[in-house]
Amino acid sequence: MIEKFKSLNTVGVPLDRGNVDTDAIIPARYLKTLKRTGLGVGLFFAWRYDMDGKEQPDFPLNRPSFRGGKVLVAGENFGCGSSREHAVWALMDFGFRAVIAPSFSDIFHNNCLKNGMLPVTLPAAAVRSLIDALLAAPGGKVKVDLAGQTVTGPNGDVHAFGVASFAKTSLLEGLDEIALTLKSSTEIDRYERERKKATPWLFLDLAG
Amino acid sequence: MPTLFEKIRDRHVVTRRGDDVLLYIDRQLIHEVTSPQAFEGLRLAGRNVRRPGAMLAVPDHNVPTTPERAERIDDRESREQIEELRKNTLGAGIDLFDITDPRQGIVHIIGPEAGLVLPGITIVCGDSHTGTLGAFGTIAFGIGTSEVEHVLATQTLWQAMPRRMRVTVDGALRSLVTPKDVILAVIAKIGASGGTGYAIEFAGETIRKMSMEGRMTVCNMTIEAGARFGLIAPDETTFSYLKGRPLAPPPSLWDAAVADWKTLPSDPDAAWDREVVLDASNLEPHVTWGTSPQDALPVGGFVPDPEEQPDPSERARMRRALEYMALVPGTRMTDIPVDKVFIGSCTNSRIEDLRAAAAVAKGRKVHSNVTALVVPGSGLVKKQAEEEGLDRVFVEAGFQWRLPGCSMCLGMNPDKLKPGERCASTSNRNFEGRQGPGGRTHLMSPAMAAAAAVSGCIADVRGVAR
Repeated sequence: MIEKFKSLNTVGVPLDRGNVDTDAIIPARYLKTLKRTGLGVGLFFAWRYDMDGKEQPDFPLNRPSFRGGKVLVAGENFGCGSSREHAVWALMDFGFRAVIAPSFSDIFHNNCLKNGMLPVTLPAAAVRSLIDALLAAPGGKVKVDLAGQTVTGPNGDVHAFGVASFAKTSLLEGLDEIALTLKSSTEIDRYERERKKATPWLFLDLAG
Repeated sequence: MPTLFEKIRDRHVVTRRGDDVLLYIDRQLIHEVTSPQAFEGLRLAGRNVRRPGAMLAVPDHNVPTTPERAERIDDRESREQIEELRKNTLGAGIDLFDITDPRQGIVHIIGPEAGLVLPGITIVCGDSHTGTLGAFGTIAFGIGTSEVEHVLATQTLWQAMPRRMRVTVDGALRSLVTPKDVILAVIAKIGASGGTGYAIEFAGETIRKMSMEGRMTVCNMTIEAGARFGLIAPDETTFSYLKGRPLAPPPSLWDAAVADWKTLPSDPDAAWDREVVLDASNLEPHVTWGTSPQDALPVGGFVPDPEEQPDPSERARMRRALEYMALVPGTRMTDIPVDKVFIGSCTNSRIEDLRAAAAVAKGRKVHSNVTALVVPGSGLVKKQAEEEGLDRVFVEAGFQWRLPGCSMCLGMNPDKLKPGERCASTSNRNFEGRQGPGGRTHLMSPAMAAAAAVSGCIADVRGVAR
């Protein structure tokens, strides 16, 4: 069951970097957990803190004017690298509910949708103007309206975004995707029976 | 008309929802790090594993690579995750290659060894390097934990159709130029997000001539170009690799299976959304200078100058990368000293990789400033290497010969870099902190890493091995 996505009108947090990888979002040593919760402490750890564990005052998440923001605005190819869903869990645990970027890695994008986090893809120029506005006047608000599929920047600039229709419904209603898929159990059973006849070598099970 | 990807996809459609298909998943590989929350989700919802026999599990990310691991693992969280994997797989009836099993190893290495990865199948794992297995002509891709849970419960996944890219590599590779150099050159050419949204099929004479081990190295790193899927058409090389493996079709079904597999390659008139061509005949060994796998260049090159980069955001990224890597533009790559050398990972820890590294190490000594590790990808690779005497070559040269696991690829087990240390690594990611906080990574082939180990700095293996 995913968390329902509600419209946001919140401080926008600019992260003016491209190719932000999931190792940067949450280093591997934080992945040794059995839970989905509590990962916010490791979020962007190497950028938030110096080697002695002191906060880096210039990093956006540490700047007082950006604290409490729920929308992260970042450069292209956000979430590249490892498939770790912990990256999404860490962002959400910290408080983020949406990430706006010119592009996302495929796996990260998928992982967002499974958890009620909205990845918003906007043209590079629109993201640039949002980041510039947020850096020029820290604390500016960004409005994200999923139903209307628009982002409104701190200067009142409105940007429309696309979202797949199932993903939209799923986010707005907080659907349990496994429960939905299990409604197709008859089709899955039938598929398996036919496959077993056509390609029996795929059913030589390891533990069977 | 259809491509290899489309043919495999079409035969796995269970049902449709708009543009998405419900894709049947033939196999799932499971490891200790991305599965605990999936099993917990099943328990909370009161659901069962639909087809335990289609799953195979192994601990690899967390496990130490030193011998005492059989008795004890000091790190409590790692121990708990491995224990949880045992509990979950035992409870569900899923086969586990546990730490002391001679078949234990990196999750992407053990599947092919078991004959679990067959042409035409769909296979997933909660790990982005699952694309490795596309080398067999499969739809193989990395997924997050929620999707691991979805596959455990339903044996299916919802999928949109990716775009189709063909990367054609032609030309004979020169001596000591390897599949790793090919894929680093491809990533440098199309960029770290050049493959996002695509399934990439690798084709051409260079690919056809590669062994399965080499093809796996190529497909392993497609994710570093952003593509979840890397595929290579199955052929005689594929079939002969598979024949006789434990889970390969038995003799009674072998001919039927091969006949089926021969129908899979992309049709000659298949349509592609993007085509990329690489001439490999003049390719040189590649190394990375920065913090993205796209930052690869020929070993004879120099650290690039961000100020010559016209695009401002790329310029800023390059500046940050050079600051992190503590490198000055214009430095000759072969003048960069290294502290550590790591030969291993799902990219380059198969028998051919170890042979290539041993050929360079033989009769030479690891430089006195360098600590060098060789970590075979699996217990079976380790055994074969020892039968061939490769372990003795490495040990005599001063390398450490370790037990199988992900090791120094990702900084979540005892093998990691210290802040500021610089590593010549055969792994797949040079991200900031990937091999340990503050660690600096230069990606390269096993032969090149061995050359760096004996030279004390990044070196052109063609000069060292001569």
